[in-house]
Amino acid sequence: MEYLSNILFAIVLVAGIGFFTKNVLRLSRNIKLGRDVDVSDNKSQRWKNMAKIALGQTKMVVRPVAGFLHIIVYVGFIIINLEVLEIIIDGLFGTHRIFALLGSVYNLLIGSFEILAVLVIVAVVIFWIRRNVIRIKRFINPEMKGWPKNDGNIILYIELVLMTLFLTMNAADYQLQLLDAPHYTKAGAFPASQFIASLFSDMSISSLIILERTAWWLHIIGILCFLNYLYYSKHLHILLAFPNTYYGSVEPKGKLNNLEAITKEVKLMMDPSADPFAAPTEDASVPEKFGASDVKDLSWVQLLNAYTCTECGRCTSSCPANLTGKKLSPRKIMMDTRDRLEEVGKNIDANKGVFVDDGKQLLGDYITNEELWACTTCNACVEECPVSISPLSIIQDMRRYLVMEQSAAPVELNNMMSNIENNGAPWPYNQMDRLNWVEE
Amino acid sequence: MSNDKLRVPTMGQCMAEGKQPEILFWVGSAGSFDDRAKKITRAFVKILNKANVDFAVLGTEESCTGDVAKRAGNEFLFQMQALMNIEVLNGYGIKKIVTCDPHSYNCLKNEYPGLGGNYEVVHHTQFIQDLINSEKLNVSGSLYKGKRITFHDPCYLGRANNEYNAPREVLKNTDADIVEMKRHKQTALCCGAGGAQMFKEPEKGDKDINVLRTEDALSTKPNIIATGCPYCITMMTDGVKNKEKEDTVKVMDIAEIIATAEEL
Repeated sequence: MEYLSNILFAIVLVAGIGFFTKNVLRLSRNIKLGRDVDVSDNKSQRWKNMAKIALGQTKMVVRPVAGFLHIIVYVGFIIINLEVLEIIIDGLFGTHRIFALLGSVYNLLIGSFEILAVLVIVAVVIFWIRRNVIRIKRFINPEMKGWPKNDGNIILYIELVLMTLFLTMNAADYQLQLLDAPHYTKAGAFPASQFIASLFSDMSISSLIILERTAWWLHIIGILCFLNYLYYSKHLHILLAFPNTYYGSVEPKGKLNNLEAITKEVKLMMDPSADPFAAPTEDASVPEKFGASDVKDLSWVQLLNAYTCTECGRCTSSCPANLTGKKLSPRKIMMDTRDRLEEVGKNIDANKGVFVDDGKQLLGDYITNEELWACTTCNACVEECPVSISPLSIIQDMRRYLVMEQSAAPVELNNMMSNIENNGAPWPYNQMDRLNWVEE
Repeated sequence: MSNDKLRVPTMGQCMAEGKQPEILFWVGSAGSFDDRAKKITRAFVKILNKANVDFAVLGTEESCTGDVAKRAGNEFLFQMQALMNIEVLNGYGIKKIVTCDPHSYNCLKNEYPGLGGNYEVVHHTQFIQDLINSEKLNVSGSLYKGKRITFHDPCYLGRANNEYNAPREVLKNTDADIVEMKRHKQTALCCGAGGAQMFKEPEKGDKDINVLRTEDALSTKPNIIATGCPYCITMMTDGVKNKEKEDTVKVMDIAEIIATAEEL
């Protein structure tokens, strides 16, 4: 019986991590539905980008208030999780505060965790106020109604509860240490929770132990639940920001990829010795689809982008189309891509690993032509994104599909393009008049 | 402005004379055909002539870079244009290109190399800055003394290619006061013409982008809105007209400002 709690803990831990692993596998399966793309270049630049942008949060602080608060929560999250390691060891082996043997270093650690926990609570409260009281515009755009709004708040509530449990646990522990309770090693510094502990001064050792154990269990169960909540939430960015900044573009933002499949076709067309009536060779493959109408036409990096998006809306708040009341919202492009990808993933799960056509696609059912044609390709969204997402690349690939597979460009653009085809300029002027400006 | 005849050799003429110019001036479709942009082209050539730059143009052998087709989604048309232009450019052995259009600049610099067109490409604001730095061009006029100039960053020069300083450095050579809009450099707002929007009506919304951007610019109380892109010029000029400020606020390209400062 004495090992009951250890066994129980091991079960909870294995279940939590096991379920999380299952979600990670599903996530990676879905991302791999995208087209392959070679990102093996510029390794050192990519590592630097990850270190600077994800680890160093350089893009976050461009907006100083949100950036500063975010750094508190981010640092708090990473550092306080050192504590989780101790909890896991204690839980599995029935020890208590195993790292206490570090002596004064331990006191310093626990002390700084406590201060960070308080700062995180403050930051989380301010975040909640920004979303729900001040109602900053980027948090209340149309695409933020319903689940995205609740998701944002749920994350804040979970963080608040976890930090409160952490402090309560420490406060009860501190009080037990003061009462010389057996098993409660005198260790740690409690700059914050000592004030909570004073509330517990009338409690008996046995009720304090119940309180401490309850907070301890709820804290670790809460963390495991949060871990498993990630897959269903925009909060996935805490993990995916790292690979996403690594695989993000290392080219100038203005560079749009040249489609290789088209280069082949155009070169063939311009080759005077090519026989236009030649029968296709035996091994000729079906021509690649031009552009993207569904998630499988996008590259896996674009799909990773979609899962990484945390819906902060900095892109949308700087998008010239969105600022002038057009339907386009770069954030919605990312959210739609993720929603559709999830739908495709569930379809595959429900049909024993094969996708069964559901008569839907990203284009039309999620993203409309009107949104795509409102984009000025100005790169403001790409510049803004704190985790190197490019909504623009998805917009461009979908335009390519509209124009090259469906001939569905707005009529003025068709005129412009036939001008280029006929006279080498987007306007209907003769190429022979190109030098007239010299004499005017 | 003096009306001396512009010296504009073509690559064809140079080749016939057995000469290889140092740099090709890529005029671009807007610079060749758009009435407003042609003035920028002429102003830039005056600067090139004044600084005795050994340059040439392709003239009637130049064709659209295909950039606008590519942004619209027509990769096919883009690559046809690009491969044709690359044949001409490589045929003349072009090494270095300057252009007044950030869209051509971006396309030639970033997208042509993958199709076999490798050139050193500079934007005219960078080129003018080099001319000034190497003392091939002196800007001494005091025409702009006391005038307020605000610079609107073209997206394809700024965010797309990280060039924010060259146009500002060039402007510092006039005696003008350079004032910045709240949204500038990385956070500059687009004029509304990019991504082929220049050639279509905007989608439904509650405002035009160029009007919003013009409001940004006008809030700095400028005498001149400067920029470095023919499309931005059109959009900002329309914006200023929309705000009925065309009598007091001019929209000018960096090349025009320098050319008029020098009374070229």
